[in-house]
Amino acid sequence: MAFLFLCAVLSVVTTAGIVVVLLAEAIPFFTHVNIFDFLTGTEWRPLFANKSFGALPLLSATAMIALMAMAVAFPIGLLTSIYLSEYAPSWIRETVKPALEVLAGIPTVVYGFFVISFIAPTIVRPIFHSETIFTALGASLAMGIMLIPMVASLSEDAMRAVPNGLREGAYALGANRFQVSVKVVVPAALSGIVAAGLLALARAIGETMIVTIAAGGIPNLSGNPLEPMQAMTAYIMEVASGDTARGTVEYQSIFAIGMLLFIFTLGLNLIARWFIGKFREEYE
Amino acid sequence: MNAPPPTLIGEITAKLGKKWSSWLFAGLAISATGFGVLCLAVLLFVVARDGLGGLDWNFITSFPSRKPEDAGILAALMGTLWVMGLTCLFFVPVGVGAAIYLEEFARRNWFTKLIETNISTLAGVPSVVYGLLGLAVFVFGMNLGSSIVAAAATLTLLVLPITIVASREGLRSVPPSMREAAMALGATKWQAVWHQVLPAGMPAVLTGIILALGRAIGETAPLIAMGAFTSVFFVPTSPTDTFTVLPIQIFSWVARPLPGFQENAASGIVALLIVLLLLNSVAVALRYMYARRRSW
Amino acid sequence: MTTITMRRIEAKFSQKPDNSMSNGSASKVMEVRNLDAYYGNFRAITDVNMPMRRNAVTAIIGPSGCGKSTLVRCLNRMHELSAGGRIEGQILFDGEDINAPEVDPVELRSRIGMVFQKPNPFPKSIYNNIAFGLKINGFRGNMAEAVEGSLRKAALWDEVKDRLKDSALSLSGGQQQRLCIARAIAIEPEVILMDEPCSALDPIATLAIEDLIRELKEQYSIVIVTHNMQQAARVSDETAFLMVGEDRSGYLVEFDSTEKMFTNPSHEQTEAYITGRFS
Repeated sequence: MAFLFLCAVLSVVTTAGIVVVLLAEAIPFFTHVNIFDFLTGTEWRPLFANKSFGALPLLSATAMIALMAMAVAFPIGLLTSIYLSEYAPSWIRETVKPALEVLAGIPTVVYGFFVISFIAPTIVRPIFHSETIFTALGASLAMGIMLIPMVASLSEDAMRAVPNGLREGAYALGANRFQVSVKVVVPAALSGIVAAGLLALARAIGETMIVTIAAGGIPNLSGNPLEPMQAMTAYIMEVASGDTARGTVEYQSIFAIGMLLFIFTLGLNLIARWFIGKFREEYE
Repeated sequence: MNAPPPTLIGEITAKLGKKWSSWLFAGLAISATGFGVLCLAVLLFVVARDGLGGLDWNFITSFPSRKPEDAGILAALMGTLWVMGLTCLFFVPVGVGAAIYLEEFARRNWFTKLIETNISTLAGVPSVVYGLLGLAVFVFGMNLGSSIVAAAATLTLLVLPITIVASREGLRSVPPSMREAAMALGATKWQAVWHQVLPAGMPAVLTGIILALGRAIGETAPLIAMGAFTSVFFVPTSPTDTFTVLPIQIFSWVARPLPGFQENAASGIVALLIVLLLLNSVAVALRYMYARRRSW
Repeated sequence: MTTITMRRIEAKFSQKPDNSMSNGSASKVMEVRNLDAYYGNFRAITDVNMPMRRNAVTAIIGPSGCGKSTLVRCLNRMHELSAGGRIEGQILFDGEDINAPEVDPVELRSRIGMVFQKPNPFPKSIYNNIAFGLKINGFRGNMAEAVEGSLRKAALWDEVKDRLKDSALSLSGGQQQRLCIARAIAIEPEVILMDEPCSALDPIATLAIEDLIRELKEQYSIVIVTHNMQQAARVSDETAFLMVGEDRSGYLVEFDSTEKMFTNPSHEQTEAYITGRFS
């Protein structure tokens, strides 16, 4: 019994461990670097002689890539879920859902390869004439594809939880499938769908390998998605795979960046959970 | 109160007519669904096109090399087996144990609620953050270095939430009557769980374990964050050895500009996907068994 | 083309349903002929024949599992939305087969309304619950007036007029069901199908619905499924009694005026069921 209890408590210990570890290295970091400069500075030069730790280039790259990925994943994922939940005959649903599960189960390093070997050279470059194959756009396209199954399956769950009586009520009033889906089911499942979007966004912000491989890895405060950029997670990868010594400012900086990541994703997850709770209240 | 302001959908419907807008939307929804499936097909095609040719016995039994045609995945493959074996040893008892506690024994109080909220929140923490945790606690804190055991411990923490959630669902699917029947025969709660509930829920629990393992196999970022090596020229022989794993090996090849290495990366991906496919077929078989046995 | 498909939605709201064209009150608004209904391979009802009189209340009674609900769901083609749902035989509406290939089931359903067992208001405001059906059917007139009119007809206006913006889910069960009736009559159907509309309601709410049904038959033709024989006796003009056969398929035992059915039924089975001697 005591063992089982400890197993369950380990999850709380893990969370506490994450917070402690991030704070333990981030606090010394902020004795070297003013937290205000960190959050608003536009120059990220951690490895040069005249160091500068302005995180805006990393933050903007992460935000830009994640939002562009969501611009791909959310509409396509939502339409897919509407099709699977409201339109598809069962044999199509039984075929498409496992295919999407496979898509979701593919390791992210493979998506990184997919950008370099296909998306960037055959789509992004010929169409948008980017100077290099390493672009924010290429990374976000792959990330968008990766997130489609997540958005689709979470929103489908929400739509399936909508009581059938509502659909029947609408059909009986002379609504067609389109009207039932878009005007009854989607609004009724809205909080669940919003939660799906937020969870996918959190996943996009924390996604690492795609941006590390495909986005170029150069800190760059720019609004142009055809330029190389370095996302927050990619910076952690860069420092961690080098031989930065423990106790240096660079070493501490990845924990500071990690803390920002943790705060953003935790916040999005908590908001998403609030929406899910609201959804359950309505229908369960 | 007059006619409400027209909505976009309302406008489109009015212009196109009810029937046409419905067809248009159905077409859109089908295309979106097809797009996802198409992406999967293209991705698998590209990987197979670039990778199948290089995947031979030599590739599996060689160490990395500066010359792409000599390079292989031996160290990475063995590293993956080592790390996964050790990870299983850690996360299976802890994950299933936590699930049993929460599902069968825990009182409904604030602390249980805290644990549950915490588990679902942990599932949303980026994997690279787990890597930082592993770096600070296992690599430096416990002085394990960037070793197999440190990697396994890090991955254990990463996949615990998935394991616990899936195992709890498995246990929940066992009808309460089975617990009551055992306890009516004089079994303790613990005996009822150990001898009746756990075996009955086992296929679902196993499915959850395999899904978690599948996730762990593909993880790259947390292991790089905790300092795993990208090029290893030996097969590990003990849990405290340094290591590399397949995804890291793939990453190191993808990052090199020489075209030969891109093909190596693709071949490595094929190998990784085959390992994942094998694991998932076990999961599918278990799910099938589970569905058949569920005749109570 | 049939009048069902030719009839334009706009025309529908500009003129009242043309009930006068029928020859007297005894005319049939709908008629079921040799109807078999299936779920996949399972035949849920077998060879049902019955008319539904215009501006009358037709009750369908019978033990559970006899296919009452299936029968009524065939009448507006909701049955085909169920898994494996299909029918054989004919259902006539204003003399035309509703299953003819040129009939659009969506349009058909806007002329044959339905109220369900469990109140199923949309999770929207009271006002929008009514407005929804009007909007999807292309209504272009004064929405507020139309909403008020149908709420009045459903005897709900006085209870909700001050909180039209509130969620429909804040209403009581009986109010929700009357809202669903108001929602159905807002689009001016000719027939209203009611599938055990009171089974989820308390006795007082049930009486309110029954009063409403008696008022509504002035304007509409009503088909009501009920497992409550007193209810059938109280509200209906004609009654159909269904039973479950050996093959678990429902069939029609007797169809007659309610008065005759409850005082002097022709079949022994009917009498047994009505007097409660039925297992």
